[in-house]
Amino acid sequence: MIEGEPLIRWDWIASHLDEFAFRLGEHVELTVIAVGVGFVIAFALSLLILRVPRAEGPITWITGTLYTIPSLALFALLIPYTGLTILTAEIGLVSYTLLILIRNIVRGIRGVPADVREAAVGMGYAPREILWRIEVPLAAAIIIAGVRLATISTIGLVTVSSLIGQGGFGFLILEGMQRSFFTTEMIAGAMLSVALAIVADALLVLLQRRLTPWTRTA
Amino acid sequence: MASTRGATVEFRDVSKRYPGQLAVDRLSFKVPAGKICILVGPSGSGKTTSLKMVNRLIEPSGGSILVDGQDVLHKEPTALRRGIGYVIQQVGLFPHQTIAENVATVPRLIGWPKERIDARTEELLALVGLEPSRFAARYPAQLSGGERQRVGVARALAAEPPVMLMDEPFGAVDPIVRDRLQNEFLRIQRDQGTTVLFVTHDIDEAIKLGDRVAVMRGGKLVQYAPPAELLAHPVNDFVAEFVGSDRGLKRLALLTVGGVDLDTSVARASVSSNAPVLSPATTLRDALIRMLASETQVGVVLDGQRYVGVLTLSKIGKMIQSDT
Repeated sequence: MIEGEPLIRWDWIASHLDEFAFRLGEHVELTVIAVGVGFVIAFALSLLILRVPRAEGPITWITGTLYTIPSLALFALLIPYTGLTILTAEIGLVSYTLLILIRNIVRGIRGVPADVREAAVGMGYAPREILWRIEVPLAAAIIIAGVRLATISTIGLVTVSSLIGQGGFGFLILEGMQRSFFTTEMIAGAMLSVALAIVADALLVLLQRRLTPWTRTA
Repeated sequence: MASTRGATVEFRDVSKRYPGQLAVDRLSFKVPAGKICILVGPSGSGKTTSLKMVNRLIEPSGGSILVDGQDVLHKEPTALRRGIGYVIQQVGLFPHQTIAENVATVPRLIGWPKERIDARTEELLALVGLEPSRFAARYPAQLSGGERQRVGVARALAAEPPVMLMDEPFGAVDPIVRDRLQNEFLRIQRDQGTTVLFVTHDIDEAIKLGDRVAVMRGGKLVQYAPPAELLAHPVNDFVAEFVGSDRGLKRLALLTVGGVDLDTSVARASVSSNAPVLSPATTLRDALIRMLASETQVGVVLDGQRYVGVLTLSKIGKMIQSDT
């Protein structure tokens, strides 16, 4: 910590709003790509698990293993191949979303009551229509709960990717440490990252209410 | 608007084999168009399996099922199912859709125009006794069990199917609601003219609702007859036991005063004024109860204002004996 400096220098913060806006854009971009790509992959793997239950063991094992690899170690492994790029960051971030997303998508769709499914088949829904018009809407609340978890943890993890030249608000934290522990910048980076997570979570809660109006009437 | 919309349904030598088990064994019977056929039997008798082979939720191992002469196995399953109403005990309403959307399911699947769907939905909700303006926009979770089952029936009838399959539809509601739902079901079925195959394990329900009753046991059809005949002439001890030792009394509920050879030799003036007044449409069961309660042992039968004769306990006794 710099001698004689206050913990937070408000004048510095006021003069760096442009920087914050730029880092916010970076942070949101990294998060949206990670959760978006992760969701598409997770959805495909979930459909595979629902159709071929034998696939559940191996897929859970692989995504679980990915989840346990420290992000620093993963970046170190990838840099020789993909360099200090957004691709390196996203490979790590996407990998970490899969376990949570697959678990919730599979659980949500399996939780559709058997009588609802039987009625749908009996009335002549085709298999594809049952998935999109019955199972996915009914699983929406649980699926979005998974997206919320994945989003919050991704927003936190994005800061780590500052070590490979990415990182959104993580850049501020890293730079603050390198500039003889400039606490104002470090705290600003951390608080903004937390605030973004809270706002993103609130938006997803609103989305879930919007998509599942029937859950509020029971 | 009674119509002859119903189709005939015929089982021809239908069997269903599972590994190590014959669930349905060469089942053959024919349901006339617009009639209610009840499949009844103990659990494991193959009645639900038989029902589900009609809309191919279960595929037969042998034989054929004809709806209006067409083999169901020659139709594409989803198209077949859209033309057959289906009601199950747990109802299976779609929790994420409003009542109106639930009822509109099959018309939407087969692409009716919106105005026709809306009109039909409103008509059906009114038909099953649910005020459209109150119920259309609600979700299933906001309804009672009886109301949900009404929606289930309305949903099955939405696209005017010639055949409706019902798998213990009133099994999960309490006895008072069940009795009301049964009466409404009979009224609606007559109104719509739909051919109905109906599974139950409750012999009283079978007798009350059925035009024909198919008694099943161990995958085989034991007897196929109208309810009165089933009660009067059970083909074997199993059926006799299944319909109950009180089958004579049950039968009285199906017979009316008009069907009895009344005693016309008694002048009306000589009958006690306490004697209950009966009409030819009164069931013998109700007549018996009222005669016993009045302590006169006889009932005066009037057709409108015209005196027809008197009904005596011994006449009722003869009706029970005559066939059993």
